[in-house]
Amino acid sequence: MERHYMDSKIKGVSTGVSNVNYVCSKTINKLIQVHDRIFCCIAGSLADAQAVTKTAKFQISLHSIQMESPPLVKAAASVMKELCYNNKEELQAGFITAGWDKKKGPQVYTVALGGMLLSLPFTIGGSGSTYIYGYTDAKYKPDMSREECLQFATNALALAMGRDNVSGGVAHLVVITEGGVEHVVIPGDKLPKFHDE
Amino acid sequence: MAAATATRFCQQLSSVSDMSPDWTTKEVSTGTTIMAVEYEGGVVIGADSRTTTGAYIANRVTDKLTPIHDRIFCCRSGSAADTQAIADIVTYQLGFHSIELDEAPLVQTAANLFKASCYRYREELMAGIIVAGWDKRRGGQVYTVPVGGMLVRQPVSVGGSGSTYIYGFMDSNYKPNMTKEQCLHLVSGALSLAMERDGSSGGVIRLAAISESGVERQVILGNQLPKWSTA
Repeated sequence: MERHYMDSKIKGVSTGVSNVNYVCSKTINKLIQVHDRIFCCIAGSLADAQAVTKTAKFQISLHSIQMESPPLVKAAASVMKELCYNNKEELQAGFITAGWDKKKGPQVYTVALGGMLLSLPFTIGGSGSTYIYGYTDAKYKPDMSREECLQFATNALALAMGRDNVSGGVAHLVVITEGGVEHVVIPGDKLPKFHDE
Repeated sequence: MAAATATRFCQQLSSVSDMSPDWTTKEVSTGTTIMAVEYEGGVVIGADSRTTTGAYIANRVTDKLTPIHDRIFCCRSGSAADTQAIADIVTYQLGFHSIELDEAPLVQTAANLFKASCYRYREELMAGIIVAGWDKRRGGQVYTVPVGGMLVRQPVSVGGSGSTYIYGFMDSNYKPNMTKEQCLHLVSGALSLAMERDGSSGGVIRLAAISESGVERQVILGNQLPKWSTA
């Protein structure tokens, strides 16, 4: 899930990966860096998502070199969208692209399964996201501070991981600002607990 | 993912699927959001008011909170026909039992009667029911009988197709030992969030508070629904 606050972005993602009914890994990082200040959250088939992000990373670097400036977040999201839309029959992956650029500052884009591209102040995705639509609709407010955003993302992830059987493990958060990128990793036992835990 | 879906894939007797709208062939479903919360001295129950046949809203002011006895209600989700039939049967059975006993029936009894029907006919039925009420022995209680016929008591329970969207909200906002007003606030907030996101839920919010002194019902109309910043 993405959070957009005043001058930076926070992305948060949980780490479970499963193969039908077997959890292959509890500690995968689903936040892929596609450029210095642009990250992608992946959801869906991990194989498809990895293939798409590898291709996108290459295309975005090439574009950035040709333009002689860091790429726009919108450009990176567009690259993801082209790949998803043109290969929509074969692919089963959704992405959230977010980052910071000099032209528009922090931005969040979502690329859905069929290749739709939307720009939003914040967004959630993946199988666990259905359980937190109500929570995020209720709790989100524009122009939150960095700490409020981090708390919001952590709480939302913890709630989703508590209900979705294929989400879990560790929560990865990334804060992207003009100044740089910061990773925050929260292990499962340090996540906020709710009334029935 | 979501266990409680309310869509039913039924046989299409006529195959004119392109020419006629889907609501001529789809079963009537209370694709829904329902919720019940226990508090000290009673329970608060709530539901949306939309009944759909495919994409057509057959009834936009449905009452899904059905009285089973003086202080026992059920919230219905799933197939409208199935839940109405089961509720009628349980109302009869519970009424008879109460007369034999010569006292008010227990909520647990009502819940077990629902479970008996839902489990025995689980292959034929599509019904997710929340039974809630007040009795002298245990006060306010909420029992959930989802699709399949399980029975479990919970302090707070949500059901229906819209329920998946509010698990997070419910987990974070429910606290034990809330007052009746806090419960009403929680239920109306949660239902309005679910109605915003789920296409099969909508209309008005119907609420009921059941306690020793009786049942208080209220309706929150569309323009009076709680608002959230993203709506």
